[in-house]
Amino acid sequence: MRNDFRARNHPAYWAFLVHRFSGLLLALFLPLHFWVLGQALQGEAALDDFLRWTEQPSVKFAELLLVVLLAAHMTGGIRLLMLEFLAWRDWQKSLAAAAAGLSLAAGLLFLLNLV
Amino acid sequence: MRSRSQVLLWGAQRASAAVLAVCVLVHLVTIVYATRNGLSAAEILGRTRDSSLWLAFYLAFVAAVAVHAPIGLRALVSEATGWRGRTLDLCILFTGLLLAAWGVRAVWSVFA
Amino acid sequence: MSVLEVSVWRGGESGCFQCYEVPRLESQTVLDVVSHIQRRIDPTLAYRYACRVGMCGSCAMTVNGRARWTCRTHVAKVANGNRLDIAPLANLPVVRDLVTDMTEFFDKWQRARGCFRGDKTRRDEFARVPPESPQRKAVDEGIECIGCGVCYSACDVVSWNPDYLGPAALNRAWTLVNDVRDTDNRARLAAVAGDAGCHACHTHMNCTERCPKQLTPTGAISGLKKRVLVAALRGELD
Repeated sequence: MRNDFRARNHPAYWAFLVHRFSGLLLALFLPLHFWVLGQALQGEAALDDFLRWTEQPSVKFAELLLVVLLAAHMTGGIRLLMLEFLAWRDWQKSLAAAAAGLSLAAGLLFLLNLV
Repeated sequence: MRSRSQVLLWGAQRASAAVLAVCVLVHLVTIVYATRNGLSAAEILGRTRDSSLWLAFYLAFVAAVAVHAPIGLRALVSEATGWRGRTLDLCILFTGLLLAAWGVRAVWSVFA
Repeated sequence: MSVLEVSVWRGGESGCFQCYEVPRLESQTVLDVVSHIQRRIDPTLAYRYACRVGMCGSCAMTVNGRARWTCRTHVAKVANGNRLDIAPLANLPVVRDLVTDMTEFFDKWQRARGCFRGDKTRRDEFARVPPESPQRKAVDEGIECIGCGVCYSACDVVSWNPDYLGPAALNRAWTLVNDVRDTDNRARLAAVAGDAGCHACHTHMNCTERCPKQLTPTGAISGLKKRVLVAALRGELD
C-alpha cells in the first residue's frame, strides 16, 4: 500500500517539496550559469551579446523565477539548519511560513528593480 | 560506503549550506543591485576584475556549491530511482568535480 | 437513517476496493464500521483490533488516505460526506485485507538497538534519575510510544528507502540515548547513523502529524543527527 497526496497535505511537507524542487532546478541551472559567465573569457563583446539577449521579457521572467527559487531554497535551508542544529521547538510551521514570506519578498525586490 | 562516511557527507552538506547561506545572501543583493542599475558587460567586468576580495568570495562560493549540490542530488536520485551504491557515489563525485571545474573557470573569467 | 458508503481493501498486495453500505450511527468510530462489515455483511474480512479504547495500537489502518487508530477515529470527523475508504497501513506487506505484516517494523526497532541495556543488578542501589533533568525530559517526551506503526506507515522516506529504520525505531533509540542508566550508546549511535539511519530523515514530519500519542519523532531524529555527527567527528562510530 502506498501513501498519496492526502497523507502529505501539510505545511512541513510542502516546505520539503519546495526545497527539493528548487534544489533540483537550481542544480540543473548551474552548469548553464557557469557556461554563460565563462563567455566573458572571450571578452566583453561576447558577454554583452548575451546580456542583450537577456533583456527580453521571457528571459527576465525566467530570471525572476530563478531569484525566487534561490531565495526559497536558501530560506528553506536555513529553516532546516535551525530544525536540525538548534534545540527542538514547536515552531516549525512559523519557520516554514517565514521562509516562504522571505523568498517571495526577494522575488518582489528583484521584480521591482526591473520595472 | 561506511556509515561514518555517510554521516560526514551529511555533515559536509550542512556545513556547506551554512557557507552558502552567507554567499547566496551576498549574491542576491549584488544581483538586485546590478539589475537595478542596468550594468553592461563592460561595467560589470570593470568592477569585478579589479578585486581579489570578490575573487576569493566567489571561489569559496563555487567550492561550497560543488560540495552541497552533489550530496543533495545523491539523496534525491537514490530516493526517486532506487539507484544506490558505488556507481551512484562515483557519478556524484564526478558531478562535484565537474561543477567545481566549470565554476572555477567561470569565476576566473569574471574576476581575474 | 443515513448510510455510509465504505470502500474497503480486499486481497493481498494485489486486490481491489470493495464497497459496503453501513448504517451511520451517532458517535460511531471507524472500528465500529469495520466490525459491522465483518460481523453483519462479510465474515471473510480480515482485520486487527484488541483493546478498542486507544491503548494498544492494533487497529491502525489507513482511513481516507491517512494512517490512524480506527478505534479512536470518529466517523463524523473523517467521513467525506457519507464516504469512507479504508485500507491497510502503507509501507508494510499486506497479509490479507486490512492486516499487515509488522515483522520488518519490529526488526528495524531491533536494528536501531531500541532496547535498554543496563549494567546494574538487583543487588545494586536504584538509579537516581531526576525527572526534571533535561535528559529525562527528552526521554519522557518520547517514551509513550506503543509501537503501533502509524508513523512508519506515514513516512515517505520509509517508502523511498527500504533500509530506512523509520521514525518509531529512531524515536525509541533517542529515548535510550538519553537514558542515563543505559550502557549501549556507543553501539546504538553507530546503529542509527548514516543513509539507513537518522540522517535519511528529510523533516517531512508526516510522523509527527500522524502520531496518535502526539509524539515528535522528527524532534527525536533531529537530536540523534547531532549526537551521531559528534560521534562521527570523534571517530566513535565504529
